[in-house]
Amino acid sequence: MSDTELIANPFLETDLNVSAKRTEKLFKILFMLMAGLLILPVLIILTTLVVKGGGMLSFDFLFTNPTNGMTEGGIFPALLGTVWLVGVALIISVPVGVAAAIYLSEYAADNWFTRSINLAIINLAGVPSIVHALFGVGAFVIFFGFGTSILAASMTLAVMTLPVVIVATRESLQAVPPAFREACWNMGATRWQTIRRVILPNSVSGILTGVILEVSRTTGETAPIMFTGAAFFIPVLPQSVFDQTMAMSLHLFVVSTQVPHVPEGLPYGVALVLIAMVLLMNSASIALRMYLRGKKKW
Amino acid sequence: MVSAAEAMTMASDNPDSKVKLQVRDVGIRYGSTTAISDINLEVMENEIFGIIGPANAGKTSFLKTINRMNDFDTSMSIDGEILFDGINIREVRNVYALRNRIGVVFPLPVGLPLTIYENVAFVPRLRGIRDRAELDVIVERCLTRAALWDEVKDRLDSLGSLLSGGQQQRLTIARALSQDPELLMLDEFSIAVDPVTTMRIEDVLKELKQEMTIILVTNLVQQARRLADRTAFFLDGQCVEIGATEDLFTGQVQDSRTTDYIEGRFG
Repeated sequence: MSDTELIANPFLETDLNVSAKRTEKLFKILFMLMAGLLILPVLIILTTLVVKGGGMLSFDFLFTNPTNGMTEGGIFPALLGTVWLVGVALIISVPVGVAAAIYLSEYAADNWFTRSINLAIINLAGVPSIVHALFGVGAFVIFFGFGTSILAASMTLAVMTLPVVIVATRESLQAVPPAFREACWNMGATRWQTIRRVILPNSVSGILTGVILEVSRTTGETAPIMFTGAAFFIPVLPQSVFDQTMAMSLHLFVVSTQVPHVPEGLPYGVALVLIAMVLLMNSASIALRMYLRGKKKW
Repeated sequence: MVSAAEAMTMASDNPDSKVKLQVRDVGIRYGSTTAISDINLEVMENEIFGIIGPANAGKTSFLKTINRMNDFDTSMSIDGEILFDGINIREVRNVYALRNRIGVVFPLPVGLPLTIYENVAFVPRLRGIRDRAELDVIVERCLTRAALWDEVKDRLDSLGSLLSGGQQQRLTIARALSQDPELLMLDEFSIAVDPVTTMRIEDVLKELKQEMTIILVTNLVQQARRLADRTAFFLDGQCVEIGATEDLFTGQVQDSRTTDYIEGRFG
């Protein structure tokens, strides 16, 4: 291309332009492929579970006891046990986590005390779940004397998921503009009056999202409950928080690896129900967030 | 508009006019930076006291010192004393009660994310008023005085934070009035407000003066001229000049920088 051509039409493509465009396209495709790869495992898992385990699903499967050495029958005790474990864990971790987050977001000054709490939260989130399990055995089962029970298992789960609740709550509190706080303080409102009347009502959506995320995470956990309260097989349903219980996640582990002569579809069926519980919870979380975002107040 | 002579009389010479706020040698430092220094002034009861000056003159810092909103800022240190009705505000134990007696209006309107009704009922509720009829009366009175009632009376249950800027600013004023403040501080209230609404609010302020003391920080010198009985000119953290507003605007000044600023030669 000559200079005269370029002067006549300054938008003509040079060789440099052409190669830049080619590289541009290449990288875009590369990045897109990597992002697209993410869908693959989800698709494979879901399809496998539905194809191999879908046939297991029935009213009886969900609502009867396992029979014949867990090779037949349903999963009701495990299903109910998971509800127990998650429910009790929530009752413990939500009030503690929300209160801690309120302190950190609304009261705490930037000093060594606050910084060590923040460090503890980060570290707590990084502790492997099997370590949480052993901590639970030492602290709740033995030291506090709860024995292997729903209470001990749920407390272990609660400790493990506290960072999720705290971080989600703190972020949703921080999302409320500071101008609202200042306006309230200027009128002579105390911090708590401001929190209760203005900040909390406007961050409930974020807190709920965090709670639901916690639920979905707690539902699938196996390690923290297997030494602290979840049992291999119990023919009776738990009557109180001091009983042991079966749980979906442990049950899946058991029927997949520990019990001989399990029909092939059974573990897939259990896994399908477990993942459905989690996905249901996640979609509830997303739906809730979308609904509340629609009602945004500023 | 009162004449300059009258304003001066109201301000200091008249033995009947009471000092609402006395500021003595007040200085504020953030670490090693000085925000304001050596401020000495008196604000009289039932006057509109204007404060003008360019950005960073320390006007807002000064307001925050009066209701102790800078308590939150630990890096800040304050010298001198401010007497509110003769009481040193630094020694007030119940800072909430102090803030409660002082209404504040910010440059940008802050409609709380509550209904219009609850915005105005916020402080009365904090004071323990639960009776709906009593709250209704307060809400209507404050909204009426802030010149907003007619526009919102049919939708008191919609969100205050979704009103237009000018309406939100009047809502903020209504909320400040619900405190029954003895002192109303307005910090450049007209920045986000259209000229018509600004005029309406200015009329409101002239009325309110009968019942309370008003400090008007403004970046519009003509607004100070329209409203303020006396005006202080702040520059670089110093109070350069205090005088009857008309005097300042007619060139009767101690410091020529005041006239330069008023006439737009800098700032």
